[in-house]
This record gives sequence, C-alpha cells and structure tokens, in this order.
Amino acid sequence: MRKQRVFILSGLIPALLLVLAFTYYPFVKGIVMAFQEYKLFDLRSVHFVGLDNFKAAFNDPKFIMALQNSGYWVFFSLILQFLFGLTLALLLKKQFRGRGVYQGFVFYSWALSGFLIGMIWKWMFNSQIGVINDILLHLGLIHERIGFLSDPKWAMISVIIANVWYGVAFFAIMLLAALQSVPSELYEAAVMDGASSFRKLWNVTLPYIMPTIIATTLLRAIWIFNDPTIIYGLTNGGPAGSTHILSSLMLDKIIYGGDYGAASAIGIIMIIILLFYTIFFLSVTKAEKAGDF
Amino acid sequence: MKQRILGLSKFVYLAVYLLIMVFPLYWIVITSLKPQKDIFSFPLKYWPERFTLDNYVHIFKISKFHIYIGNSLLVAITSAVVVLVIAILSAYVLARFKFRGHRQIMLAFFATQMLPGFVALAPLYLMMSSMNLINNRFSLVLMYTVILIPFSTIMLRGFFQRIPASLEEAAMIDGCSRWSALVRIIIPVMLPGIASTFIFAFVQNWNELFLAVMFIDNDALKTLPVAMNSFILKFDVDWGAMSAGAVLSIIPTILLFAFAQRFIVEGLTQGAEKG
Repeated sequence: MRKQRVFILSGLIPALLLVLAFTYYPFVKGIVMAFQEYKLFDLRSVHFVGLDNFKAAFNDPKFIMALQNSGYWVFFSLILQFLFGLTLALLLKKQFRGRGVYQGFVFYSWALSGFLIGMIWKWMFNSQIGVINDILLHLGLIHERIGFLSDPKWAMISVIIANVWYGVAFFAIMLLAALQSVPSELYEAAVMDGASSFRKLWNVTLPYIMPTIIATTLLRAIWIFNDPTIIYGLTNGGPAGSTHILSSLMLDKIIYGGDYGAASAIGIIMIIILLFYTIFFLSVTKAEKAGDF
Repeated sequence: MKQRILGLSKFVYLAVYLLIMVFPLYWIVITSLKPQKDIFSFPLKYWPERFTLDNYVHIFKISKFHIYIGNSLLVAITSAVVVLVIAILSAYVLARFKFRGHRQIMLAFFATQMLPGFVALAPLYLMMSSMNLINNRFSLVLMYTVILIPFSTIMLRGFFQRIPASLEEAAMIDGCSRWSALVRIIIPVMLPGIASTFIFAFVQNWNELFLAVMFIDNDALKTLPVAMNSFILKFDVDWGAMSAGAVLSIIPTILLFAFAQRFIVEGLTQGAEKG
C-alpha cells in the first residue's frame, strides 16, 4: 500500500509541479494584472487601479469591434466547419478504393501551423497578384479585383474562409470516427422498416453520434474563440483593427503594446464569456449527453 | 438511375473538396519554384514555364536559415521526448489508480485546454526574464513541455485504458516491480500510441510561434516560425523567399503526417472519447 502511494506520487509530481508552476501560477498572476496598471516599459509604476482597465476596454471602439468580430468569427467558422466536416465524414464513411490516400490529402491541414496557413492565404488573397482574384476574374464572377484583406467589408469574411479551410479536417476526423462506431444492426432495423436514406441519417445516425457532435462542437468553439494564430498570420488585425478578435487584440497588446494590464482585462472578459458559453451550451444540450468530458 | 446520380454527385463533391484542400499547398510550392520576375508578372502562370531553386538558394543567403532549422529541430525534439517521459508516468497513474484528488487533477488538465492561455503570456515573459532565460532555447523547451503535458497525459491515458491491467498484474505476480512491468510489458504494447503522441507533440512544438516570439530575439537562436515572422515584417513583398521558407517549414510536418496519419487520428479520437 505504501509502495503504491510512492508510485502514484512519483508518477504525478513532475507533471503536476510543472503545470502548476508554469501554467496556473502565471495564469493567476495574469488575472491579478487585469486590476493593475502594468506596462512593460514602465515597470516601476505598477500599481492597482481597480476596474480601470475594464472601463478603458469598454470605452475603446477597437475592443467593441473585436468583441463583435469574435462572435462572427466563432459562429460562422463553427457552423461551416461542422457542415462541411459532417458532409465529408458521411461521404467517407463507406470504404472505397483510395480512401486512405484521399483522407491524407484532405486532412493534412491540421498538421500545419495556423500562422503559415495565414501566410499562404495572405498570398492567395493578395489584391493585385493574388490567385483568388485571378480565378474569380477568369470565371467571370467578378469584374474588378477585390481587396480581400485591405477592404474592411471583406477582411473579416476572408479570415473566416481561411479558418474554415483549416478546421474542417478536425470535425471530419472526429465525426468519421463516431460514424464508424454506429452498430450496423441499427441500420438493418431501419431498412426493414423501409426508411429512406434521409430518414436513416436523421433518425439513426445523427442521434447516435450526438454525444460526439456535442463534445466536439463545445471544444472546437472554445478553441476557435481562443486561437488568434490565423488572424495574426493573415491580417494581424488589420485593416485598421477591423479583423481583430478578442484573443488577437489581447496578443497585440502584449507583444506590440507591452500593456499587460489592458491585455489581462481582455483575457478576463474572455474567461467570463467562456464560462457563460459553457454553462449555456451544456444546459441546452443536456450535459449528460456530452459524455464524461 | 437515382443511384448513379447520387454516386456521381458524391464523386464531384469529393473532387471539388480535394481541389480546394490541395490548391493552397500547390500554389505555395509553385510560387517558390518560379523565378522572381514570373511571380509578379501577368498573366499568372498556373504551371511555371521555368522552374528554379533560386528562391531556396536566396533564403539561405539572406538569412541563417540552416540555423533556424537546427534550432527548431533541437527544441521540438527535446521537448517532445521530455513530454513523453513525464506524460507516460502521469497518464499511467491516472489510468490505473483511483485516489483522492484524481478527479481534480483530470479537471485541472482539461481546464488548461479550455482557458485562454495568453492570459499567462505576459507573466511568463516576466518569469523567464527574472530567471535569465530570455534568449535561451531552454525557455522554449521548458514551456513547450509544460504546455503539452496535459493533452499528452489525456491522450496517453486513453491508450493505457485500452490495455487490460491483467497484463502487468501477471508480470508483477512473476516478481516484476511495477516500474519494470511498465517499462518492459506495457510500453512495448503501446508503441503506436506513444509514437502518435510524440509526433503530435513534435508538430505542435515545430509550429509554435508566440512564446518563441516573446522569448527569443537573438537571430542565432530563432526557431523557424520566429524567423518567418520577422521575414514578414522585414521583406513583406519578397514572396519568392517567403514561399520557399514556408515550404521548407511545412515539409517535416507533412512528411510526419503522411507517415503517421492513421495512428494520430486513432489517438486523437480514442483519447478524446475515453476522456
């Protein structure tokens, strides 16, 4: 018994200590910073300022814009990634010749860095020599080049397109695995009852994979909300802050502004949004269905 | 008839989707192989008339690209190995034993995957600078290890749970200690899972940008993403060199992915399902 306790402790201590010291400790410090005036270039005048950083955030049009953009960014990225991912998973469910190779060619995107994907799409979206403008012109869909990344009307749509491209694979992989676990007896029963393929999908497949759909959507929404990498690579929030989401704005304030207090305040607002989102999501979808996450 | 139309539309959908997924990669590779002046001339060439490696030669000339590659390899591999050792232990313990605090530890690991990690970024910078670890690759090895511990633990725990405990119990009855049962019996059975965790960790480390940007600005210590980031700031219009750099940064992850796709996908889905 004692031996077992020693084993448990020695197995856990390295992992726990590192995560506590270098994830939770700085995280808590970051939360405290939100209530301080904390500027990298003026470290001697660090002091508590109450809620000033939050007031400043809500008075900043850039922040309000980023708050709105975060909503668009998560909503449209998530819906589109899910729909394309589900379609793809359904089409790939049945074995066919070359399926493995096909999966390799459509799933590779998640192994790339969001930053490089941002860069590649920046090159393709280029308003003068970008290939997307060129293709659309050739197809006759547009008559003059679009400033995908320089026109504020288009910039947010453009970053979302790149993000959808990036994230479909994740949904497809998770949903495909879930689809392949649906017992074939369920379909046999449905066929005996004379169900159409649409009814099979609606009444058998979707209910069966619902726990995976719920868990994946919940997780994915949070990751999309938190991850600024693609935006950083594509527009870095430009033009004129029109593509910042909360996380990219926070990052910008840390890396380029050195304003740690303001950045942390945004971080806390993000945490609050995530908490509400998770509680809301789990209560509408009934938590027990989401498995033991 | 209806079947044929259905089959055909399925084929068309998959073909268009394939095109959309592959085209960006194709385009960056083709760009990197075009002579500088063809990159910027009309009409755009979808298949270059002349191929050249000039952009690749150029990028090694204008920067210490071989050094960035070396730094990235060093940091990514070292940290992936360390993560593996630490996470195998914690995952094994969490898979095989129930004890007070078990639930809380799992929850603490899960929470790191949900919280906006950048809240910790500024304090981490201050911590690293007070430990004199700014411009030191050790800071990256340390942080990449820490970041990957929770996810790797969750993933490996899923693999451990699929191996019956009777396997090591039999070995322990034969006089093996738990340590040696773990090392000699369990780990060999788990090699696919361990390999996929390693590759996942390597790819994450290889791609990581923001910590590296914060901690490293000495040119000789930069990793590839940091170098690419400063290229963008420095030569925003030199798409020849940048596309070559992007292709070189992508190659290792694509190769690993092609090699281990099946294992990783299995690991990700099963790890997540087992939670």
